[in-house]
Amino acid sequence: MKTTFKSLLTGAMAAAMMTGASTATAGEFDGVTVNILTRPGPVIAGRLVDRGKEFTEMTGAEIRVNEVPFAEIFQKLLTDWATGTNSIDVGVFASGWAVELVDGGLVENLDPYIAKDDKINFDDIAPYFREFNQKIGGSTYLITVDGDFQMLYYRRDILEKIGMEPPATWDDYMKVAEAMHGMDMNGDGEADYGSCIFKKRNAQSYFAIGSIAAGFSQTQGTGEGLWFDPETMKPKINNAAWAEAFRVYKDTGKFAPADELNQDIGDTRALVQAGRCGLVIDWGDIGPLSIDEAGAAIKDKMGAVIMPGSPMVLDADSNTLVQCDATRCPHATNGVNHAPYAAFGGWAGAINQKSDQKVKDAAYAFLSYVNQAEQSNVDVTMGWTGYNPYRNSQLNDTTKWIEAGFSPEFADNYLGAIKDSLNHPNMASDVRIPGAQQYTGVVLDRELARFLAGEITAEQALANIEEGWEEITEDFDRESQAQMYKLSLGITN
Amino acid sequence: MTTPENMTPDRPGPAPVDLTWTANPGGPVSQWIDNHARQLFIMPAVLMILVFSIFPLVASLIIAFSRIRLRGGGYQVRFVGWKNFEKQIFGSEQFHFLGTFTQMSVVGWMVGLSVTGLILWWMYKYVTTQFTVVGFIGRLITASVTIAIAFMFAATFFSGNPFGTLGVTLFYVFVGCGVQFLIGLGLAFLCSQQIRGRNFFRVAFFIPMMITPIGVGYVFRMLADTTKGPFTPLWQGLGLKDFAWATDPWAARVFIVIGDSWQWIPFVFIILLAAFENVPRDYVEAAEMDGAGSWQIFREITWPQVLPVAVTVMLIRVIEAFKIVDLPNIMTSGGPGIATESMSLHSFFAWRALDLGQSAAIAYLLLFVTVVICVSFFNLIVLNRMRQND
Repeated sequence: MKTTFKSLLTGAMAAAMMTGASTATAGEFDGVTVNILTRPGPVIAGRLVDRGKEFTEMTGAEIRVNEVPFAEIFQKLLTDWATGTNSIDVGVFASGWAVELVDGGLVENLDPYIAKDDKINFDDIAPYFREFNQKIGGSTYLITVDGDFQMLYYRRDILEKIGMEPPATWDDYMKVAEAMHGMDMNGDGEADYGSCIFKKRNAQSYFAIGSIAAGFSQTQGTGEGLWFDPETMKPKINNAAWAEAFRVYKDTGKFAPADELNQDIGDTRALVQAGRCGLVIDWGDIGPLSIDEAGAAIKDKMGAVIMPGSPMVLDADSNTLVQCDATRCPHATNGVNHAPYAAFGGWAGAINQKSDQKVKDAAYAFLSYVNQAEQSNVDVTMGWTGYNPYRNSQLNDTTKWIEAGFSPEFADNYLGAIKDSLNHPNMASDVRIPGAQQYTGVVLDRELARFLAGEITAEQALANIEEGWEEITEDFDRESQAQMYKLSLGITN
Repeated sequence: MTTPENMTPDRPGPAPVDLTWTANPGGPVSQWIDNHARQLFIMPAVLMILVFSIFPLVASLIIAFSRIRLRGGGYQVRFVGWKNFEKQIFGSEQFHFLGTFTQMSVVGWMVGLSVTGLILWWMYKYVTTQFTVVGFIGRLITASVTIAIAFMFAATFFSGNPFGTLGVTLFYVFVGCGVQFLIGLGLAFLCSQQIRGRNFFRVAFFIPMMITPIGVGYVFRMLADTTKGPFTPLWQGLGLKDFAWATDPWAARVFIVIGDSWQWIPFVFIILLAAFENVPRDYVEAAEMDGAGSWQIFREITWPQVLPVAVTVMLIRVIEAFKIVDLPNIMTSGGPGIATESMSLHSFFAWRALDLGQSAAIAYLLLFVTVVICVSFFNLIVLNRMRQND
């Protein structure tokens, strides 16, 4: 396996050098140093370091990758840029966080750079990432290095054994999870789990609930917005759709490890790789992780499918869940409304507007180099990089995936599920407005944790979230928040 | 006062340095320096304290009354008065800071009213026996905070409602420090005896304190894992295979106290050991000669000698314990729900989300509670005791 990775890497490097994959030329950035801030490696940061070395050889620019804990990236970056410290030239972070930075006038508009870049091939980037994730107010401020949205993974072998189909709805999910729960799925003689979804507080649970709620709540396409009414900024959370999502999320715990409330994504992935989970919600990483050495127990045994949806969706007027029909759910498949959620939105690079022009040029050239198909199409096949697909060329050709260790069957299945999600017109966008972390990472996360712990009911949690969100909106100014939210949804009127 | 005369060497030697310009009593600069020598000498220390201690304190106080946004060009500060504090005590964050208040149970009323009665009786006794204005004001603050905390627990814990980060912090402080004191005291007493291998035990008991709290958090999270941890067979044997401590509020709090105690017992141990070893042997031997038993010697001779050190070590430990953040952050992230979230962690989470005003307000509330409890402990218990001994 290692040989395969190495040969792929060497091949990619050679190809990049030969074709001059970057817009930069040899020695163009001699003496220039680009400081990047991102999360600790090897995930995300590790590949930036590797690509940085190649870039230094090609252009002379030194790429320094500074790593800080995930929860502190945004705070450190905003402080550095807003106070004029400017020790960081590039932030590689969740694309949703950029809105606040752009709003503060801290991020370089990349349109002029892209216009001169003949290598980046933006049309190859999947529509959601190109038009929503990288853009704010119609201009591109971010270069994607990782495409993030959640999918449902299942144990293909176990499903075949019990004669069931991959879940299309959350009712199906419960039935399949119940059927799988208690089976020995890895041959170690121990009973394993029907469902694994991280539920730890201050971790990733607020992403999982978004994935569940979206199918009940958002029906009219990405522009509808999952979180707020774009006109009034009134939260669209204290309703029957989210209440049902809260209950579903909690109920999945019946078929899960006993300590799931204290498990974050690292814990659930370890269980998945050990072959102990029948159904899993995760980002695109499970595919590459299943061909990793640590994933020997699940190699060629996983399947992926678009996130389950619901045949019953929210009727806002009556605040009840009603049956889908052609008007109510225009994007439904077999009467089931799916809304794959671009949780986190993916890791993307933004450039400090206050950096020297030469540094900004080098920074853009580097981000472009990482993003270009020649590099990224290899990087997304390696689990450890944390990079998930975001370009059509990464999905249309299974060759590199098979070379990386996927079986042709799983490569087709995995890429098919990604395509179904990425090109879905009803993809749900993450919160991409100032204060995003307070809305979801603090208020939603805390109330969800209290509900899961049995402290409060779903209705109490949702009422608290609504109140908390209204306070944040008032604090940031309702009108400007509404404007930013509309822009994040591509509404420009 | 230095004069030119007494600075001139009496003995032959190198030619004297001309110091007249500095020592000229008539020069206005040297006169001024001379007059302000004390202030000038103390100035560097004062400046250091102002810059590194007072300024941050004042700055954070300003932040506690403001809403701050970081934007291009720096900070945007908006004064909001008491709003940040109001939100914690009366507003949407009340449940988070104080707890969830619904109907108070009969037990809750009994607890609240009993504590209030005791405090009022204590105040009455003070007023009628040894009243001073300053003492009265101090006791009034102590009494008000005690009654408020008693009613907070009465309305939450004793009424079946979850309490907030203040209650959790007080649990860590009083239960944690109590456990640490008792075990630390016992171990220190044992190691002060002439037992075999005591040097080994001294080192062994001291090691946990040298480990970073984050390391302790991860170790205890792993040790306490009933499904994958090293003690899994033991948990299974005890029928706890499906028990997840981290999903039960009280079990999670207890495990955090165990981890915290494991780390801090050595601190109590090492200081109390020094205190035990400093008890004069002749006192003990004299008591033995007089036929005193072990318990009598401990109670009448050893304990009074150790007490001032014990009080000091507990005061330091209590102040530290109020700031507990690492262990709940690593072991449970404050969960399940908010069951293990301390006030420091509460403040940290707000700071991390760039809600600097709330974060500073919580930090000041913590400071207030810490100061009231520690000053009350020192004034009303330690000083009282010392006065009695005098």
